[in-house]
Formats: sequence, structure tokens, C-alpha cells
Amino acid sequence: MSAVAVDDVWKFYGDFPALRSISLEAEPGACLALIGRNGAGKTTLLRTIAGFSRPGRGRIRIFGKEPREPETRRMMGFIGHGISVYDELSAFENLKLFAQLYNLPDPRRSALEWLERTGLERVRDGLVREFSRGMRQRLAVARAFLHDPSVLLLDEPFTALDDRAIAVLQRLLHEGLRAGKTIVLSTHQLREALELASHVALLNRGQVAFHGPCTPEMVSDPGYVYARYGEGG
Amino acid sequence: MKFFRQVFVIAVKDLRAEFRTKEAINASFAFAVVILLLFSFAFDPDAETTREMAGGLLWIVFAFAGTLILNRSFARELPNDCLDALISAPISGAALFLGKALANFLLVLAVQLVSLPVFAVFNSLHLTEQFWPLLGVILLGGWAITVIGTIFSALTVNIRLREVMLPLLTFPILIPALLSAMLLTKALVLGQPVGVDNLSWLKMLIGFDIMYTAASLILVETVLVG
Repeated sequence: MSAVAVDDVWKFYGDFPALRSISLEAEPGACLALIGRNGAGKTTLLRTIAGFSRPGRGRIRIFGKEPREPETRRMMGFIGHGISVYDELSAFENLKLFAQLYNLPDPRRSALEWLERTGLERVRDGLVREFSRGMRQRLAVARAFLHDPSVLLLDEPFTALDDRAIAVLQRLLHEGLRAGKTIVLSTHQLREALELASHVALLNRGQVAFHGPCTPEMVSDPGYVYARYGEGG
Repeated sequence: MKFFRQVFVIAVKDLRAEFRTKEAINASFAFAVVILLLFSFAFDPDAETTREMAGGLLWIVFAFAGTLILNRSFARELPNDCLDALISAPISGAALFLGKALANFLLVLAVQLVSLPVFAVFNSLHLTEQFWPLLGVILLGGWAITVIGTIFSALTVNIRLREVMLPLLTFPILIPALLSAMLLTKALVLGQPVGVDNLSWLKMLIGFDIMYTAASLILVETVLVG
């Protein structure tokens, strides 16, 4: 069974089709990199897979289940453009809140463990609004990984991260892949993404222009995919 | 049990965030007290006229002051895209709605409970005679304002002019509840107990609360995800 299966998905904003008959699959343990120019539909596709909005047509399955089922949501971790943590709460309060919402057995212990793993244990009681950008990003990573998700959906995860946050995220992603987690990530930073990716999907104007395994040519020359399968597909 | 724990977690989160920033509650308190203060200086009605007007004035203040709180309910989730994190968490839309509604209700209730003695003092009214029935009407009317405000706060969260849209959408729907609460409050301030004369208004208020709470719990998932 595929970890993520997207079958003939269309998504409309008004009359405009942002996604046009997208079909993709990611097997358990695979890392699928979604690449494409701005406006190609990467974020829309990831958000639809995450269940933030329903597709206009077609269907999406996460390990055979609807994305909006509570069981499926428990399996997914999402990092979007925002950090998705509350400025008015402390780092510890934020992580404890999400640990409680994910019904983890010991929310306090889980929160403390992830503060330590992301190097934030010394500022655990500091309000997020007082954090530096890098600290906020590491907290966002902790929030997404807190409940040990089997499927990670990452929307441009390396954008605007500082060096330490990139190192933390890459370490966690490599650990996750070794543990058999499935990763779907959209990115413009091809080098970082293709080092992780087992598969690549190039989106162009809401359609899949290419979908296949990540080859050595792609890793050595990140522009290869665009040059080979480019805008025209 | 898990459902109510999630409701509690969301409510505590919202109250904690509000008490740290005091964005909505300060504005709401200030608005309510200023309106009641201005009213008491602008007019000089006799005691009987004041009692006649009490229901209307109080509920106009509660409705507008409540809107200031309710506007922030889902808008609070917009910075940092926190709403995404809540929607992707394995909690039902109903638990999310009820948690937020509970936090909003406590804030609206706090404004009501501060406004009521302020109004009584400024206008030399004695509200102790029918205090408990009056408190019951305040709770029922406060919940009506909260439940409608919370669901429409979710509906308008991504609209640019949501501060304007929320009262435009909620007040017409709230008319039956506000009318009931106003007439019941007027009767209680005049010292008349809830009885045959005004029982139908009480029934309407209770029915409104039940109907819109049930509808909101059913519809909130669609409102949030589509």
C-alpha cells in the first residue's frame, strides 16, 4: 500500500484549476521532492494532501485512508510557510499543547524531550515572541516531529532557515528516512532536496511534467530536471 | 472523555493567550464601561424609565462588546499560520469549536458581570431582587452571542474586512436571541419574575442556544476545511 496516493486530483480556485489531474504516489520510506516554478501548484498540492482543503475532483489516500480522518492526521506532520506556534505561549507550553492535542501519553515528557533535541531546553519558559528567528524555526520543527509522524509533508522547509535549524532539520529528516518515514517536500532549494529525495515530481502549471526516481544526474546538476523536462514538460 | 479533554485544552490555550496579550478583553471592557458611563451622563431618566430601558441598553452593550472579543477568536490563529497546526491535529472540528466557544463565553461573561454592577451603580438600580433569574438570562444570552460569534469568526477568518463583516453577519441572526434576552432582562429589572407572561421568550432563548450550538457543531468542519 502506498504511503501517499494522489489519484487524478483537481483543485479549483473559483474557475481557475490550480491542480489539473495530478496523480502521484510515494511508497513507505520514500522521499518525494516536489519541484517547480512559483505558482506551479506545489503548495496547493501539499495542503490538499495534508487535508487543509478538499480536492475539487479525484481522491487522496494516506496509507489507504482519507486525509481528514483523525487516525490519518495522527500519522502526518506538516511544516508550512508559517511556524505554526503561538507567540503568546512559551516554547514548553506550545509543545505541551500539541502533545495534548495529539493525545500523547506523557505530553510534558514529550515536550521536554523535543526541546532538548532541538536545543531549546534553556529557553523552555521564554515566550516565543521573544525568540530569534532561528529559535522559532527550530521550535516549528519540534512541533512537526513531536508526535512521531509516519508521513512528513514539508512545504519549502529549508527556506529562511538559519544554519543551525537546517542542520537540525536535515538530521531529523535523515533519521526519519532511516526509520522508514515517508517524506513529501516541496522546495526551490534543489540541492538540499535532491540529496534527500528518492523520487522527484516536477509540477508545471498545476500538472505533473515529470515523476520518477531521483537519478545521479539530478543530484549532480540540480538544473537537469528543468532542462530535461522543463516548462513544456 | 477525550473530546472534553481536547475542548478543555483549546479553551485553556485561548484564555492563556488572551490574558497574556489582553488584546480583546481590554477593548471590550473599555467599550462597555464607556458606553454605560456616557449613557448615564447623556440622559437623566427617572428610575422607572431607566428600568424600562435597562434590557435594551444592556444587551446592545453586551452584543457590541462581545463582538470585540469574538472578532479575535479565530483571527488569533492567523499569525504564524497556527490554524494550519490546529486543523492538521487529530481533533474534531466540534472540539475545536467548543473549546474556542467556551473561552469566548468566559470572556463575554466577564464583560457582562462587570457591566451589570456598573450600570446598576450609575443608574441607582437594585438588581438583587431577581438576581439569579437575571444571571440565568445573562448566561443564556451570552452563550447565544458567543456561539454565533464563534462560528462566524471561523467563517470570516480569511476575509480581509472581517472586523466589519462579523457584526454584519451575526447581528441579524442574533435578533431573536437579543430580543428575548432584552425583554426578559427588562421584566426582571422591573421586578417581575419569569412567568406565564414571558415564558415564551425564555423558551425562544433556550431553543436558539440549542439549535445554533447543534448547527455550529455539525457545520464547523465544513466551515474550516470546505
